[in-house]
Amino acid sequence: MNISFVLNGKRVGCDIVPDTSLFELLRSQGCMSVKCGCETSDCGLCTVWVDGVPTLSCSVIAARVDGHDVTTLEGLQRESHAFAVCMAEEGAEQCGFCSPGLIMTVLAFERELAGRVPTEDEVRRYLAGNLCRCTGYMSQMRAIRRYLGMPREAAAVLDASIEKEGVA
Amino acid sequence: MNGNRSHAVSADDARDVHCDAPGIPTCDIAPERTRDLKYLSQPVVKKDAYALLAGKPLYTADIAPADALVMKIVHSPHAHARIRSIDTSRALKVPGVVAVFTYHDVPQTRFSLAGQSNPVASPYDRLILDPVVRYVGDEVALVVAENDRAAERACRLVRVDYEVLPAVLDFTQAVDNPVVVHDEDGYTVNAGWINNERKRNICAQGGSAFGDLDDAFEQAEVVIDRTYHTKANAQAMMETFRSFAYTDAYGRIVCVSSTQVPFHIRRMISTALEIPPSQVRVVKPRIGGGFGAKQSGCLEVFAAFAASRLGRPVKIIYSREETFTASNSRHEMQMHVRLGARRDGTIVAIDLETLSNTGAYGEHGPTTVGLSGHKSLPLYNRALATRFGFTVVYTNTMPAGAYRGYGATQGLFALESAVNELADELGMDPCDLRLRNLVREGEVMPQFDGQTLNSCSLDRCIRRAQEMIGWHEKGLVREVGQGRVRALGVALAMQGSCILNVDIGSVDLRLEEGGFYVLSIGATDMGTGCDTILAQFAAEVLECPVERIVTRGVDTDVSPYDTGSYASSTTYITGAATIKAARALREKMALTAAGRWGVDASDVCFDGERLFVPAPNGGAPLHETDLAAFANACVAGGEGDALTAHAAQGAEASPPPFMAGIAEVEVDRATGEVRVVDYVGVVDCGTVANSNLARVQAEGGIAQGIGMALTEDVQYSPAGRMRTRSFMTYRLPTRLDVPSIRVDFVPSYETTGPFGAKSIGEVVINTPAPAIASAVAHACGHQVRELPITAEKVLHGE
Repeated sequence: MNISFVLNGKRVGCDIVPDTSLFELLRSQGCMSVKCGCETSDCGLCTVWVDGVPTLSCSVIAARVDGHDVTTLEGLQRESHAFAVCMAEEGAEQCGFCSPGLIMTVLAFERELAGRVPTEDEVRRYLAGNLCRCTGYMSQMRAIRRYLGMPREAAAVLDASIEKEGVA
Repeated sequence: MNGNRSHAVSADDARDVHCDAPGIPTCDIAPERTRDLKYLSQPVVKKDAYALLAGKPLYTADIAPADALVMKIVHSPHAHARIRSIDTSRALKVPGVVAVFTYHDVPQTRFSLAGQSNPVASPYDRLILDPVVRYVGDEVALVVAENDRAAERACRLVRVDYEVLPAVLDFTQAVDNPVVVHDEDGYTVNAGWINNERKRNICAQGGSAFGDLDDAFEQAEVVIDRTYHTKANAQAMMETFRSFAYTDAYGRIVCVSSTQVPFHIRRMISTALEIPPSQVRVVKPRIGGGFGAKQSGCLEVFAAFAASRLGRPVKIIYSREETFTASNSRHEMQMHVRLGARRDGTIVAIDLETLSNTGAYGEHGPTTVGLSGHKSLPLYNRALATRFGFTVVYTNTMPAGAYRGYGATQGLFALESAVNELADELGMDPCDLRLRNLVREGEVMPQFDGQTLNSCSLDRCIRRAQEMIGWHEKGLVREVGQGRVRALGVALAMQGSCILNVDIGSVDLRLEEGGFYVLSIGATDMGTGCDTILAQFAAEVLECPVERIVTRGVDTDVSPYDTGSYASSTTYITGAATIKAARALREKMALTAAGRWGVDASDVCFDGERLFVPAPNGGAPLHETDLAAFANACVAGGEGDALTAHAAQGAEASPPPFMAGIAEVEVDRATGEVRVVDYVGVVDCGTVANSNLARVQAEGGIAQGIGMALTEDVQYSPAGRMRTRSFMTYRLPTRLDVPSIRVDFVPSYETTGPFGAKSIGEVVINTPAPAIASAVAHACGHQVRELPITAEKVLHGE
């Protein structure tokens, strides 16, 4: 089937097998930043934007982006650099395999915040679907705090109880 | 000649933005030894950081040839079966299918997928494809096609007639079970010390004992006699197994793979394919995590075999489900501990018996189990007597392999839990009990190959951890309202820094035209940052910015031999080799300059930027050249040579790193829900090589340990089918599960290590399970002795 969509600002037309996933399509278009870690929508590695909304590309049929706007990290090289600096200076990328998905999610979150400084708990919840096996998340959180202008010394223990009360 | 340094260092800039854990000053007890370090102990940014963070195509699947054939595998649905026949005719008719390989097509030499040095301790117990399948997931047929869809369709059309055999699934019933997992011909044991009795399903057995155990237990006034059980765990690196292979211009096999052990993979492919090792080249690109999983081979032999038969590039990428069900995991272990102590808390006797499940094949079976004793018992080295015995059994479950901690994690869960139970029994503070019994510097550790402990700041690690968590202020348990209690638990850990008398690391270092260095290494950066850390070691000796050292990763054709990145060895072993090579290169540079200037080499100084001969009166140097001009002259004028140095480092010692971990948990008494609200870890890894990367290693290891303690559990159906096949059923900690991990360092100085460094990669995973179990015991009144600590076990016991 033929589909047409905008990929990183350029219109793309292609003939795909109907059950092609968006992940497969994007890799075949050379967007190698898009990784697959699980095939079951649990890990967040394959996150891209569809019309600006973070979307798990392994779980979306490619045909559904027909007529839509898709953005991958390849299309955000300039915009992502400032956050990349925060990550690199914490050593938070480690193996780097989950980094593109995390970056796509953090940048989408930033756009949603529209300049507002989020709480620690909001960040955790927004990123709960982005797994990382290397870092234990702490260095990523330090990088995100710095990038989003949050207090650096967010008292993590206190946050835990606040979060708990939020649940209770 | 060290007095004239004036470099602008990016690392220094990076330090300004480095933020420590809240309110935690860095504590350094060896400042006089490490104060002058300029490039080490700094938060140097990883060399590959910006490429990785830009999502560049650097991993195996990203760089596979576009025309590579795709391989998919037919896995066994039975835990134990003999294949009567395989009909591939329908599969071969699928358009796009190129080949289907079965056990009829493969060489008949058995090999092991364990990434280990020769002689490989793991038995040679597998074929590329075997007429007998030994677990659900074992490989039955290899399907190669032009694309994924054709390969997947063909897999479904391979017709296999199985004679289903009885299976042994419970590892406690494996010894002398009527079901024998390995009774085939061609099975080979390479190392006699494993005492293999495969007809009894015993892959390996042995032990070690020191002192008079019976007499020591006679002196004990309290004996803790308990059995602990750790489960198989998935390493769960984000990049699943993958590799591609092709034949090169000389007809050799080139295998590009996401592996920690390229040189061992070369031997595996050579053995399995029955071709000379000279015909194999293995290349490692960027790796998306390993944690030991990639210290075993997985699908490299399949890709290499198909590529050699078909003469076309073949790639294979495992799904997450295949990675869960058809690769390797942590060894499940059952450990019986008897711990004898006097009423004053003095530990006098320890007896540890470990039963380990290696699954269907013996990868790392004989060796992981050893660490359950040898890397736990020495913590309490002052006991009058210790005994350690072990048995490693085959079963019809997925083969185990290497996973960060490598047996020490399991042994320390058992021993540290027993020590915590002892403290509770005696009504003693568990930190005080440990401080009374700790191994100290200068002691000979019989259970640790008789090595002498050179460096240990474990007592200070404990005190620092207590201070960080507020141990004395909080008390072991306190009510926080709404039926919830918060409680503390502590555990200690140790590991090694290499495999004693086995590991080797070597590096080549070259001064290049233009005045920069190329550091060629055989150690494998799997995301840990060793390409950068080893450059920091070279920079420290060559007195230049880290950027001036180019690190060249692993290609077995060109990289100097290295056993690989495992056993926490890269910083300690390859780091030491790097220092040796850098010192040798400095000497060659001085010698070459001296020859040019007609002076004695000992008069030549090098400050990183220039070589010179100082004037005796402190005036203008008698001779002087900057590094670039010097390097250019080395290869100019139709003669000369680029200066090179090669150095190797063996494993004459394996100094243990140490760690103290304290967990603060919150337990809901109504539901049994356990949450880790805070975790502090204080590490003695010797000199910290890279302050950022060491911290991230510790935080990441603790998070994996928290997963092991609370949620991660490889489970099987009664028929032997793995139930935990995705991240929905095998639950990794998310950002919500680890709200706070705080890490600090109390470095001792290891005299045998490079600039005083030991290791950090593995020790950091070992404390969470016993610390959390103890905190939960303090909260709910009973000790959970089988991991993971689920709400059910907390509420109802086991």
